[in-house]
Amino acid sequence: MGWAIALHGGAGDIPLSLPPERRLPREAALRHCLGIGIAAFKAHKHPLDVAELVVRELENHPNFNAGRGSVLTNSGTVEMEACIMDGKTKKCGAVSGLTTVVNAISLARLVMEKTPHIYLAFEGAEAFAREQGLETVDSSYFITPENIERLKQAQEAHRVQIDYTQPVQKEVKNGAANADGDSQIGTVGCVAVDSEGNLATATSTGGLVNKMLGRIGDTPIIGAGTYANHLCAVSATGRGEAIIRGTVARDVAAVMEFKGLSLKEAAAYVVDQVPRGTTGLVAVSSTGEVAMPFNTTGMFRACATEDGYSEIAIWDSPSK
Amino acid sequence: MGGWAIAVHGGAGVDPNLPKERQEEAKRLLRRCLDIGISALHSNIPAIDVVELVVRELETDPLFNSGRGSVLTENGTVEMEASIMDGPKRRCGAVSGLTTVKNPISLARLVMDKSPHSYLAFSGAEEFAEKQGVELVDNEYFITENNVAMLKLAKEANSIVFDYRIPAPGTVGCVVVDKEGRCAAATSTGGLMNKMRGRIGDSPLIGCGTYACELCGVSCTGEGEAIIRSTLAREVAAVMEYKGLNLHEAVDFVIRNRLDEGKAGLISVSKKGEVACGFNTTGMFRGCATEDGFMELGIW
Repeated sequence: MGWAIALHGGAGDIPLSLPPERRLPREAALRHCLGIGIAAFKAHKHPLDVAELVVRELENHPNFNAGRGSVLTNSGTVEMEACIMDGKTKKCGAVSGLTTVVNAISLARLVMEKTPHIYLAFEGAEAFAREQGLETVDSSYFITPENIERLKQAQEAHRVQIDYTQPVQKEVKNGAANADGDSQIGTVGCVAVDSEGNLATATSTGGLVNKMLGRIGDTPIIGAGTYANHLCAVSATGRGEAIIRGTVARDVAAVMEFKGLSLKEAAAYVVDQVPRGTTGLVAVSSTGEVAMPFNTTGMFRACATEDGYSEIAIWDSPSK
Repeated sequence: MGGWAIAVHGGAGVDPNLPKERQEEAKRLLRRCLDIGISALHSNIPAIDVVELVVRELETDPLFNSGRGSVLTENGTVEMEASIMDGPKRRCGAVSGLTTVKNPISLARLVMDKSPHSYLAFSGAEEFAEKQGVELVDNEYFITENNVAMLKLAKEANSIVFDYRIPAPGTVGCVVVDKEGRCAAATSTGGLMNKMRGRIGDSPLIGCGTYACELCGVSCTGEGEAIIRSTLAREVAAVMEYKGLNLHEAVDFVIRNRLDEGKAGLISVSKKGEVACGFNTTGMFRGCATEDGFMELGIW
């Protein structure tokens, strides 16, 4: 058994008619981030380092809802959150309410490694970032024109969206509205396992379009959007409120353990239990299995294993 | 089996040298809260309302670590958090970083009922509180002399306080199953003595400090970091759901096997009207009662 890695750029109502100018850059980004993860494993990096590296890269890409490119709150600002967990030790770190930290996932890692706590948020988290000398910038750095447009649309529709309705074409917006009124893409994440079965997971997000100030989603809640233990590592994406209620990430591991299901079976089972159109996840197991199920229209995702297999996909694929 | 059941807690990890008068004081408060809950259950008030009612009482009394009487951050201020969950549809609400909201658990309830979200924190939560018209007070209201003294001790010992060497009061919580078999859970806390500003513990994290579903309701207390890593509250329910254990077996299993080196306790009820408490700490302030007349208050 060799290493395995899976990453996502968000699950949701990604329209099949997604125009090439919106699809291609995201596919390229997924390919690029996957390449970074593969290179890290080839350089024998620990899964925790691999997961953090990949998520940092996803955060830096403006096309995904994390770091730069994060969706906006109802006040037009950015409040980012992230979480990281080590399967072997179950040590974890989480942050919320960040406004100036370039890489939220790295701050989450520092919380895990440099404090006696697990979770720091808002001003306290920002202060800690400065103490640690982490890179911080003016909040405007994170804000993209697409997201300003998305917020405008959401406010016009009086909706809280998970993210990513097409800000441009009216007909696509209607398409999204037909599919239950919310388009649901958001969050980035990466799970990784090395050839010794060491597991790690990392998730990062800007949250929900038009969210209330101070709203926290599933991403930083251990057991909801992020979880890893000796069996598997999971990173979820979709409708935060549903993922929290469904304790999605924890349940994948619980179902493996208590019902003896394989990773693929457990992941599919859990995603099936959550309301349709709300959830997707990526997961790897200690034996190198990979699973990327979703009950939404699509999920930006990619995976690779040491034996040379790799996949980049958005909508349904045979090896879901 | 069947019928209502209720349990309350005032924190796990008790100073074995706690003076008798303090022990009696704690038991009186727990008894009073049980009575409030029991009276509500007799009036057919649903579980979700009962847990909120009881936790409000615990928050208002300065004895335990929630609302008034909350432990202090490293800056000597109070930052409170809470969460509530309604078993039947697993709706939930949580808040963190509150500094002026008199009853955090009620704000958590409002997040669940009146907002499109599940969790609000810090100034966003305070803003929501203002808009909802809940009772707001100065941060000083929550600060007690006891806790000011304890913070001083903690700083001198340069520690965040959980263990009883520098005894600190604990989180509060309540779980209820009503006559219709509906379970609910609620937890509220000031967190860790001498904690970093912005530190969030297990209490507001659904699945960690609080959880309720069709099968049961759970509220945890103790080392926040240990409770989070073990997703303790969800664990009890998962073991019942996926392993088919009953409530007592589940609580036993989880406390014995899931905490590793961590120290924590929990209270729980099942939809069948059972109640179970478990802890691997030295003591947990708790009380429980069931419809058939059983009642018990305990510390050790």
